[in-house]
Amino acid sequence: MSFFLAVALAFETIRVQKLKSFFTVIGVTIGVTFLIAVVSIVGGMSRYMQDDLVGKLFAVNSFNLRRQPNIQLGDVTEEERRGWQRRPDLKESDILPVAASLSPEDLWATESGGNLNVESQYARPRSTQCSTVSNDWFAIKKMTVQKGRLIAPQEYQLGTPVVVIGQDVADHFFPSLEPVGRTLRIQSIPYTVIGVAEKQGSMFGVSMDKFVIAPEKAPLNRWVNPHGVVNQMIIQGANETGMRNAMEAARAVMRGRHHLHPSQPDDFALETCDSALEFWNKLKGYLEIAGVALPTVGLVVGAIVIINIMLVAVAERTREIGIRKALGARRKDILRQFLVESATLSTFGAIIGVVLGIAFAKGLAAVSPLPAAIEVWSIFVGVGVGAGVGIIAGIYPASRAALLDPIAAMRQET
Amino acid sequence: MNSNTLEAPLGMTAERKAVTDKFGQAPDSKWVIVARGIKREYDMGGEIVRALRGVDLAIGRNEYVAIMGPSGSGKSTLMNVIGCLDTPNAGEYWLNGQEVSKMSDDALARVRNKEIGFVFQTFNLLPRATALHNVELPLVYAGVSSDERKRRAKQALEKVQLDNRMDHRPNELSGGQRQRVAIARALVNDPSMLLADEPTGNLDSNTSEEIMRVFEGLANSGQTVVMVTHEPDIAQHARRVVVLRDGLMSTDERRDDFVARLGLTGEHVKVHEAETRL
Repeated sequence: MSFFLAVALAFETIRVQKLKSFFTVIGVTIGVTFLIAVVSIVGGMSRYMQDDLVGKLFAVNSFNLRRQPNIQLGDVTEEERRGWQRRPDLKESDILPVAASLSPEDLWATESGGNLNVESQYARPRSTQCSTVSNDWFAIKKMTVQKGRLIAPQEYQLGTPVVVIGQDVADHFFPSLEPVGRTLRIQSIPYTVIGVAEKQGSMFGVSMDKFVIAPEKAPLNRWVNPHGVVNQMIIQGANETGMRNAMEAARAVMRGRHHLHPSQPDDFALETCDSALEFWNKLKGYLEIAGVALPTVGLVVGAIVIINIMLVAVAERTREIGIRKALGARRKDILRQFLVESATLSTFGAIIGVVLGIAFAKGLAAVSPLPAAIEVWSIFVGVGVGAGVGIIAGIYPASRAALLDPIAAMRQET
Repeated sequence: MNSNTLEAPLGMTAERKAVTDKFGQAPDSKWVIVARGIKREYDMGGEIVRALRGVDLAIGRNEYVAIMGPSGSGKSTLMNVIGCLDTPNAGEYWLNGQEVSKMSDDALARVRNKEIGFVFQTFNLLPRATALHNVELPLVYAGVSSDERKRRAKQALEKVQLDNRMDHRPNELSGGQRQRVAIARALVNDPSMLLADEPTGNLDSNTSEEIMRVFEGLANSGQTVVMVTHEPDIAQHARRVVVLRDGLMSTDERRDDFVARLGLTGEHVKVHEAETRL
């Protein structure tokens, strides 16, 4: 008997016993639904992390030179944390030597910031993230303005009290007003708004448009950091290799300035988007384990149900098996018939599971901030796992059927 | 084998005796069935039941043979052995020139598929399949292509005058029609032998006559037919009647001798009455 015929026979059996087939495959369906949903959500979050989140935190091919890592969500021991506290600050005096070591194509900027008290005459004061940056910061971040202009080179040089603000800041402090040209007071010092940045969107439901940017020598610098200290230096290479070279150059200069012995580790951090993703990758690993473990439970239960139902099917159809054997079916024909039946049933359940899983992931993405991305491979894995469960669960019942004695089987009353 | 020591059953011809005595030798092609000293024992919970105690049987091409015997005579066991559904504990069984008594299960399945057309008392049709599909079934296991299967199945159904019922399921057919579907199924693969086990056991006497006429027609057209029955008035349709008793062949005679010996009139006889005369 050909494989195709066996599949047709299996579909016939499913068609005749719709309800029973449905209950048979429900375990597999649930397992695959979970698999697809979890993979889609983890995949969606992953894509989101890489494209949006890290893309917003890190410019392309850029790294941050800092005293300690900014994103420290991984496993950090108390020891390490104390170690970071003892590290020397990144000084203004470090910046130029590092910059001098870079290649001419590299861009760099300093950035310091903190939450400061901001007020305007149109709204209540509010604590807002304020940063002071140097020349190329906007170029590295590829940030432009929707209104007004960016900070001019002279203003960077002089530390003119001007600011570029985010959309939300503009909306809050200048409701229904044109913000450009108006005054914003930061720690009671007046600044002139010269531009409103392009909307940056949100991340996990948190707005990315709540910021105030001023030139690095502007008065607010003394509020965000002790004198002569810089939060971080952002360095951007022309490409991936440029970035790696710049990292090594910056490392060499910093180690020299901190008089580190070759055996001593770095006492500063070079943070790339990879190090930020490291935490996510760790979390993703755990989620994937859960994403595999949960469906596995469903699939094991599904397999047991299939074994059970197939044993019942073999018992119910003992006579049919006897007839088929009498008419010339060999063991492998009967084995194949029941294996294909169980695999078809299970694959069918898995396909329903794939559809439900996609619907579940899309539904969740629609009603919550969790993103979802349907991974094509997970559909194949889901269907493949379904077929595999069917085959494994079918082996025992099918071999029972194949070994039946035709005489005894035909004698069976139905 | 000690079957050599047994007397040849009453009415067995010298030619048959000669072929059944030649142990280990392939019979020539005129013989469809040659069984030599067939023994079959079952272990029924520690008790050994000797169903066949050394049966010799030779059936030639185009013969129409009835195998008779009261219940417990071993005729069902013999039918299972002849039908390659069971293998003997001792003895040789040659079917159409092949020794099948020592074949594996799967090899027996091939032989059943190619050489034997079964007709059962309970029809044994697949309830959920149409008449056409039921008839196709042996061809499925013979590896015949779908178009060819359909063509041959239709042809076989035409032979039993059921080509107008092809798409009906067994429960939409009468008993006689079901048995004719089963006969079509038995014929579809051009078997060396049609093997019928109480083919009229579940049918009324009119329908039984109708089925017997189908067998008659087949036998006349040259089909080898072996029929197992315990009803003498069914057995008398065959041209030769073999009677088993206690696991041994008791008589092997031409129809006319059988009819004369039992005093059958060709009319329906009460089974019990006839059985006592066996």
